[in-house]
Amino acid sequence: MSAQISIQPARQFCLKCLLMLLIISGLTISSFIYLSLNPADLFTFQAMKNMAEFIGRFFPPDLSADFLEKIWQGILQTLAISALATLIAAVISILISLPVSGRFGPIAKWLSRFFCNFLRSVPELVWAALMVLAVGLGPFAGTLALTLHTMGVLGRLFGETLENNPIASSNALVLSGSGRVASFLYGTLPSIAPQLLSYSLYRWEMNIRMATILGFVGAGGLGQMLYYELSLLREAQASTVIIAMLLLVVLVDAISAKLRRIQMHNLG
Amino acid sequence: MAICILWPMLQLAQFEPMLLIDPNNTKVMGDFLVQFIPPNIQLEFLSLVLKATVETLAMATAGIALAMIIAVPLGLIISYSLSISRIGPTSDHQLAQFVRFIARTLMLVLRGIPEIVWALLLVRVFGLGPIAGVLAIAITYGGMLAKVYSEILESGNTLPARALILSGSGRVASFLYGLLPNSAQELASYTIYRWECAVRASVVMGFVGAGGLGQLMDQSMKMLNGGEVSTILIVFLGLVLLADYISLVIRKQLV
Amino acid sequence: MGFSLQQLSFEHSNGTPALSQVSLVASAGECIAIIGPSGSGKTTLLNILATALKPTHGNAEILEANPWNLSKASLRKLRSAIGLVHQAPPIPLRQRVITAILAGRLGQWPLWKSILSLIYPVDIPGPQSCLERLDLSDKLFDRCDCLSGGQLQRVGVARVMYQEPQLILADEPVSAMDPVLSDLTISVLIAETKKRNATLVSSLHAVDIALRWFPRIVGIRDGQVMFDLPASQVSEVILKDLYASELGGLPTQLNKATL
Repeated sequence: MSAQISIQPARQFCLKCLLMLLIISGLTISSFIYLSLNPADLFTFQAMKNMAEFIGRFFPPDLSADFLEKIWQGILQTLAISALATLIAAVISILISLPVSGRFGPIAKWLSRFFCNFLRSVPELVWAALMVLAVGLGPFAGTLALTLHTMGVLGRLFGETLENNPIASSNALVLSGSGRVASFLYGTLPSIAPQLLSYSLYRWEMNIRMATILGFVGAGGLGQMLYYELSLLREAQASTVIIAMLLLVVLVDAISAKLRRIQMHNLG
Repeated sequence: MAICILWPMLQLAQFEPMLLIDPNNTKVMGDFLVQFIPPNIQLEFLSLVLKATVETLAMATAGIALAMIIAVPLGLIISYSLSISRIGPTSDHQLAQFVRFIARTLMLVLRGIPEIVWALLLVRVFGLGPIAGVLAIAITYGGMLAKVYSEILESGNTLPARALILSGSGRVASFLYGLLPNSAQELASYTIYRWECAVRASVVMGFVGAGGLGQLMDQSMKMLNGGEVSTILIVFLGLVLLADYISLVIRKQLV
Repeated sequence: MGFSLQQLSFEHSNGTPALSQVSLVASAGECIAIIGPSGSGKTTLLNILATALKPTHGNAEILEANPWNLSKASLRKLRSAIGLVHQAPPIPLRQRVITAILAGRLGQWPLWKSILSLIYPVDIPGPQSCLERLDLSDKLFDRCDCLSGGQLQRVGVARVMYQEPQLILADEPVSAMDPVLSDLTISVLIAETKKRNATLVSSLHAVDIALRWFPRIVGIRDGQVMFDLPASQVSEVILKDLYASELGGLPTQLNKATL
């Protein structure tokens, strides 16, 4: 009798796990079939030879002085795009945060949240393609695109920070006669400013990464350079751009990690 | 002082707000935007969109599957020597350190280059279409997954695994029975989250020719067809919500 | 078989001595209880017997082999014949009881079998009978985080039983159990030992359990063996000497306050 009791839970325990595993593997395999992609094909001798040949064309990278000068300009432009976009977005987001946090009523809250969600759901690259249509090729389109997307992200974040902030300090000012906006600026803003700054800096870091690739649709920076060099089949130059991108990202990573450690050290 | 930094930034970014209201641009943009409403819902076009959506989902799923094939061994190599040497003494310390260093560097390169750059390069090798996208996801996300897998495993409690070694178990078996069970949920959860990100990335990569919804949107934008673009945008937003929901459901099942 | 420790000393890496000049010999079929105040070195001794620690001085021969002269493969084989019951069972809490028990034979199974067992347990009656003897059979498919401390300890014992080792070591195996269950568990351990003519060494905190069940008692204090006697010869005086510094008298099952 004890044998009967124990076999049932065994089936139960395996059935759910097994079922989920089967469904997921089934979907995965059907994905490969749908794409007519056979992983084995990728590793055939011919494919590997093609890859190796392709990679070979990238070395050695072009390190001539005037190309490096162009790269330097590209880096500066990328940084400028990201910095401007983050700055403008942050300033506007402070204003957006008011309705998002609910200070202007539930309808405004819902509308502004929807607006922010829309802005952030559309990927930066899609925004960039749209902005190129609006203002033509070049870094301005990239800046606009990043600004719009970042407004969505920061607007939401700022709004939530504001919401979690006790309303007492600005209420006090309202009671003594200030307008709503003024009481916000003098009462609440100082206390949430460090958190807002932290979010903005983190976003800037991500935007630098984004700014490097927006150029693929013509929005300036290193991305546009890479696209240009690749379409002219100038792999040596392209590889220099890729190396520059990599170094930029690694450098930004390292600096921000260092800054975070200093901040932790100061707090702790 | 702020002006000192701001001015060159504005120059570098070629910040010309005037462009926004330049009549040439506004006409083009205006015409384009006006076409957004109503969105194009012709059956022919909708079936194209449906195909593209399925292609995007397939890209993301296949990409993550390949990424795991890269990430599992890579992540294990990185955390293996660390975890295993925490589990029991090893004699091949130098070799293990060297292998870990190579694996770590590899991971950094895979992750550091954005997936869209990979996509752009792979399109040159494999031609237009989803294969480039799948591989681009596999490469970058493989690196990301490897890093997170190794972090999760390295922070695990090695006591159970060490006890199994004492009862004669081999290192792999003691890893599977001792270290993995507690980390398995976190590992699976992060992988599903990455799948969700992969869906979004697949759309973006379409803009450089890697197929899916992105490629469709790129084509429609180049033809300034506002109606088609707005349909695709709506479908895209819906897709993101769907992927979000699926990911939530699966992760709830894991608990 | 059995083991033989000669003049064993062990120092921690920071220099504090844990065991000095310990000599202990046991043959197959023996059941030994190790008692002594907290911190006396009981756990260190068991860990050396389990080949987890290498003594700083002295000789050790366990199951007729010197563990630290063996090749990796032979050491693995030796270890699969030694089963250690931990005080706090090192079992991943999200694991199911049956998998935790099956893990006992990992040292004896080829890798493919271990992997297969993760998907579907290759042996259900085996762990089931181990749990039945410990009065825990209804928990076979439960997750370990649904168990109480005492139940988890019994799962740890079940694992060692499933392993069927020649040398059973137990580090305070019943510390979280009530008197009835403690007696059951110890009796099962001893029966297991007799059945296979293995050797059992168990450290115990409660002196009365030791005296009641084990024919041979070894008292350790400050890393040294104070006495090694048949249970009948262990008197109140000897015990008081051993636990001289313990406040509140001798630790028994019922006054676990000193734990």
